[in-house]
Amino acid sequence: MNEIVDMGLVNWSRAQFALTAMYHWLFVPLTLGLSFIVAFMESIYVKTGNEEWKRMTKFWMTLFGINFAIGVATGIILEFQFGTNWSNYSWFVGDIFGAPLAIEGIMAFFLESTFIAVMFFGWNKVSKEFHLLSTWLVAFGSNISALWILVANAWMQYPAGMHFNPDTARNEMINFWDVLFSPVAINKFLHTVSSGFVLASVFVLGISAWFLLHKREVALFKKSMLVASIFGLVTSIFIIINGDSSAKLIARYQPMKFAAMEALYEGQSGADLKVFGIVSTEKHDSSLFNLPKVKYTVEIPKALSLLALNNANSFIPGIKELIHGDSVRNILPLQEKIRRGTLAREKLAALHNARANKDTATYLTLKGEFMDPAFQKNYFAYFGYSFIKDPHQIIPHISLTFYSFHIMVGLGFFFVILFILALWYLFSQTIDQKKKFLWLALLSIPLPYIASEAGWIVAEVGRQPWTIQDYLPTFASISKIDSSSVQITLFLFAILFTGLLIAEIKIMIKQIKMGPKDH
Amino acid sequence: MFETLSYATLQHYWWFIISVLGAFLVFLLFVQGGQTLIYVIGKNDTEQSLIVNSLGRKWEFTFTTLVVFGGALFASFPLFYSTSFGGAYWLWMTILFCFVIQAVSYEYRSKPNNFLGKKTFDVFLFINGALGTFLLGVAVATFFTGANFTVNFSNIASQQGNIISQWTSSWHGLEAIADWRNVLLGLAVFFLARTLALLYFMNNIDHPEIFNRSIRHLILNSIPFVVFFVAFLAVVLTMPGQRYDSVNQLVYVESLKFWRSFIELPLLAIILLAGVGLTLFGIAISIFRRSTKGIWYSGSGVILVVFALFMVLAYRDNCYYPSKVDFQSSLHLGNSSSSYFTLTVMSYFSTLVPFVAAYMFWAWRAINRKKLSDKELEEGGHVY
Repeated sequence: MNEIVDMGLVNWSRAQFALTAMYHWLFVPLTLGLSFIVAFMESIYVKTGNEEWKRMTKFWMTLFGINFAIGVATGIILEFQFGTNWSNYSWFVGDIFGAPLAIEGIMAFFLESTFIAVMFFGWNKVSKEFHLLSTWLVAFGSNISALWILVANAWMQYPAGMHFNPDTARNEMINFWDVLFSPVAINKFLHTVSSGFVLASVFVLGISAWFLLHKREVALFKKSMLVASIFGLVTSIFIIINGDSSAKLIARYQPMKFAAMEALYEGQSGADLKVFGIVSTEKHDSSLFNLPKVKYTVEIPKALSLLALNNANSFIPGIKELIHGDSVRNILPLQEKIRRGTLAREKLAALHNARANKDTATYLTLKGEFMDPAFQKNYFAYFGYSFIKDPHQIIPHISLTFYSFHIMVGLGFFFVILFILALWYLFSQTIDQKKKFLWLALLSIPLPYIASEAGWIVAEVGRQPWTIQDYLPTFASISKIDSSSVQITLFLFAILFTGLLIAEIKIMIKQIKMGPKDH
Repeated sequence: MFETLSYATLQHYWWFIISVLGAFLVFLLFVQGGQTLIYVIGKNDTEQSLIVNSLGRKWEFTFTTLVVFGGALFASFPLFYSTSFGGAYWLWMTILFCFVIQAVSYEYRSKPNNFLGKKTFDVFLFINGALGTFLLGVAVATFFTGANFTVNFSNIASQQGNIISQWTSSWHGLEAIADWRNVLLGLAVFFLARTLALLYFMNNIDHPEIFNRSIRHLILNSIPFVVFFVAFLAVVLTMPGQRYDSVNQLVYVESLKFWRSFIELPLLAIILLAGVGLTLFGIAISIFRRSTKGIWYSGSGVILVVFALFMVLAYRDNCYYPSKVDFQSSLHLGNSSSSYFTLTVMSYFSTLVPFVAAYMFWAWRAINRKKLSDKELEEGGHVY
């Protein structure tokens, strides 16, 4: 194959998507979690009639509104970017990927935008109960919207419920439930929204700690702390359990990503789990694709096998096996995958030629082959490998994936401890005196943002080079535009979003310092 | 239920939904139009604040409708999505920038310590209102006048580059602005948005000076709107267009395509004429009778007109996105839609639309019973 691929364009397009997605994800998790925290608080207000809960609800609602607006602003770019920068992708899988986006709009966005208006402007215009219902509907609307986009993302990681139609040269949905309820989709949704809940809980805990440190509205913010700590503890424990399932799914469906997460270069039976390690500039072994050496590792024997496959002695393939293959364990070598993918692509070209030349017999024969599920499973499933030229192309960035994974997991455990301590001090009524803890809670606010972004880096960098796992690499997914155009829009987005982020932070800080309004 | 429908019927059903969404989107652009009038109609802080808060309570509807319009297009006609967005890169990206800067401006403009200053956010709102509406009009006009692209499904299997949809103009969408016919619709949409905004202010804000100024400016904006729209309509009705011949599976050029289409689809012609009549009636009663109900008549009229125009674009085997450089690449319902299965699945979700409309109506009725007044803003609460 001798394709003309502008790798500059591919990389700039990737950079733009990464930039806009990471900015978007700075704001969305807080919306997801804070919407529920506000709904809890308002429920207590409606139940008890205590005006202090109303003040607290309104305070957190103001911060929610500031954050919500910028989440919306950064989100629209993502939706349209699939078309503007990933034109081939949009056609190749739009039949499946587009549906969740449309359903998201119909089911969730209108729900959010309608009831958020009632939530902000309806305090003195609708009944308490109607207002509370609106607040809950905003919370559910936000999270339902996350469901559909995460279903779409999960499908890219684990394509299911579709077959390839050679006439239209695209994948088409054949089972909606397989797309919606794929194990990866369910896991991804739960993992991601619960990370938003944890982030919002740390946010509320940290800001409440600031008020306690300044001895302002102490009683009020102890209540906020209580709500956040309970919500945060439950969801941070859940996310660890769910994260374990997530790792098992990755080990099964995206073994290369799994190997990169743990920098596992050579497969092991009873593989050790690296709890810590430093990725050095030295090469691990020249025969192993110049992979970087991981030094100063702290390992738990056999734990990786146990976590991935529930069997301490099971074999976990490393990057070496995933490229060279392992006939004993039925792991296909990369060359074989390339051969099969190339065969599928050549047959597709032949089919289109036959159709163009009105060679009906050849066309029908080839079409019959494509429609055979065995061909789709054994050959077309490797279509994306026909674009691969070099083994390095299918190895994700090791240090980025490795560090991101370990940072995310480490912080996940830290949050559990943080919430346990908060609850302990709250119930023992000593939290006012625990200055160090209050400072720790305050300084922890950036940490869930780091964990959350790290999680997306693991998910997205770890699956490179695929936009659709095994079916389509990034360099076959792009639009035909000049890379200079993408560079310009990338820098414009960077400047604009950075400006808006600074504005958001400054407004937030000011609103926090102003504190809850009096009645 | 939907499984019993043919593939062609589902394709037409989904174009019907796209047309409804497009029609509501154009109507809701009154928010954008209003943003260009904040300092024209509002002469002091209180008046400007009333205008901004009146618009600010609606901006999310326009934004959400735009997002849903895009999502529905992606899901139902992905070839349009991949061809137009990936090709007319600069046109769509500029439109997106206009909407990104709008989304935060309401929330941030009057907040203390907002870094960029109130004026900056008001400029953002103006840019969104002026450039956003004009460029959306230009982009929609290309559905009638055509664009510079080719589509070849075989490219994905080719060894010489594998991008299916390719744009042939290096201006990547900006060339549309050089076509005077597109500019006509761009200007029509711009002045329409302002006209609707003025009708909306008269209905939604309880303030005599704003009311009187709105009437004066209604005359100034509705006249150019009518002139540009009628000119565009005249161009469209007399121009040739592309149509798909399903028997020979070829696209061919038909003279007076849209004129013939309206003749063959008389219901759409009636809807178009009724819409034009309602739009003008709404403007007229506002100017001559000082009625506050003009927005309802003109709003409904605009929805009907845009709906009819969108429908006639694709029904009757018309090519709704003609290629200027390769007729056989032109997009029509048959070659650009999602699969039968996907359209069927999504059709079930489309049945939620009436419920969505119902709860939107219910919620807004609950909080919009009274006109917005300066007294309400003084009472505090969430103010933009």
